[in-house]
Amino acid sequence: MSEQASSSVESIFREEHGRLLASLVRRFGDLDLAEEVAAEAIEAALTHWPVDGVPHKPGAWLLTTARRKAVDRLRRDQAYAARLAILQVEADRADPAPPADRGGDLPDDRLQLFFTCAHPALPAEDRGALTLRCLAGLTTPEVARAYLVPPATMAQRIVRAKKKIREARIPFRVPGADELPERLPGVLQVLYSIFTEGYAASSGPELQRLDLAEEAIRLARILHRLLPGEREVTGLLALLLLTHARRAARTGMYGELMLLADQDRSRWDRAMIAEGEPLVVAALSGGPPGRYGVQAAIAALHDEAADFASTDWPQIVALYDVLLTIMPSPVVELNRAAAVAMRDGPAAGLALLDELAGEPKLRGYHLYPLARADLLERLGRTEEAATAYREALELAGSEPDRAHLRDRLVALEGKDHGP
Amino acid sequence: MKYMLMIMAADKDADNGCTFEDWVAYAKELKDSGVWVSGHALADLVTATTVQVGASGERTVTDGPFAETREVLGGYDIIDVADLDEALKWAARCPGSRGGGAVVVRPVADFGN
Repeated sequence: MSEQASSSVESIFREEHGRLLASLVRRFGDLDLAEEVAAEAIEAALTHWPVDGVPHKPGAWLLTTARRKAVDRLRRDQAYAARLAILQVEADRADPAPPADRGGDLPDDRLQLFFTCAHPALPAEDRGALTLRCLAGLTTPEVARAYLVPPATMAQRIVRAKKKIREARIPFRVPGADELPERLPGVLQVLYSIFTEGYAASSGPELQRLDLAEEAIRLARILHRLLPGEREVTGLLALLLLTHARRAARTGMYGELMLLADQDRSRWDRAMIAEGEPLVVAALSGGPPGRYGVQAAIAALHDEAADFASTDWPQIVALYDVLLTIMPSPVVELNRAAAVAMRDGPAAGLALLDELAGEPKLRGYHLYPLARADLLERLGRTEEAATAYREALELAGSEPDRAHLRDRLVALEGKDHGP
Repeated sequence: MKYMLMIMAADKDADNGCTFEDWVAYAKELKDSGVWVSGHALADLVTATTVQVGASGERTVTDGPFAETREVLGGYDIIDVADLDEALKWAARCPGSRGGGAVVVRPVADFGN
């Protein structure tokens, strides 16, 4: 197979993996079995497609092949013998339709997999990993890389999570309308935390992990397609698009951090902004706004501004006020203070920040001393600013963050001792 | 699929605001729905006694435990339901899950019979 053909086959697998796995899980109720036969079907495709060509409906081909393999396996496996009868797999086996001719509109079972992977009975740190593994089709080593843990550790965590799903019998199902408000935020949180890890890596040499951010967007798009009427899903997708649109401008020539104020706005992704904006409107229409919708609206206002100074700060402060009523949090207070500083001047912002000084949730959060340092510098309180920059430097995790802080500190000290 | 709902009081003298009638109503709901298999409430923790047998076979009997831990097992129910979500729903309806108490849900191991 030519390189181009094999990369297109790979993209088919990536695209189809989540759907394939979800259909198999729905049918067989067993995540491990589903994963094994999905892998076997992909292996079979790698053998047949280069010879016979990629089938007209690759997803249907993979599903039929995987189902046949699952049935064969269940037949061989004594432990599954009893279940075989319940599964009524005979009916599938006798399915006369040849693989390539099965309908293209496969039912989409991925929604139930989203809810299973994000089930609150699973450890919070495993939910994202399981979602990337099952829905994004990442391999375990890829997931390990995403979370910067050794592959063996990640393999253990995924095995443990799957064991809990199987043995505690966490159901594969979409929650009913009455349970959706309770369960959906967990799913959105998983996608959001995958994205934020990609947006600002918590450690390591790079500021952004674009592959991870893009995977989160891809999953958010799928979820939005599956739940078009859920406004917070729309809001989350909008938020991710409107934030990711700035990715190219967020780092400078040497991978260094560029603050919003200093970004070259011509490098923002206009197509992505145009895609996100109507989603914000949809997310904020027809009921009280949710946290993702409001955050997306704030992101949209930043994206719309021609330059930093002409940003609609009063509107942004107002949106932070709304956000605080939905999700009171010191981090939101911090962001609001920064917006107030832009609207009313650095002294006003600093007063708000100083009110947050004792906040335990901001202890260890490098953006708090950084925000203070910035305002102190603007007020000409150079020495205090330098102290705050040093505090931030001690707390910052990723190398570009640290380099940025060192630069600011050097610039500040130059100002101090300069002519 | 059987699950044990372990009813943990917030502490030994906990008053979680639930009345005796709440517990009676919960027990009745469990039984009427057909999911209840078995269960007991435990007598007060001051009546507990602990037995340990050491490596050389000597038996130690001590009063207690009077746990330093906040959570103390107050009773249990075993229910038979389809999946974890259903078990969690029953746990959430248990008066013991309120007022600082908690209900721990554990699947009963199935060794194939």
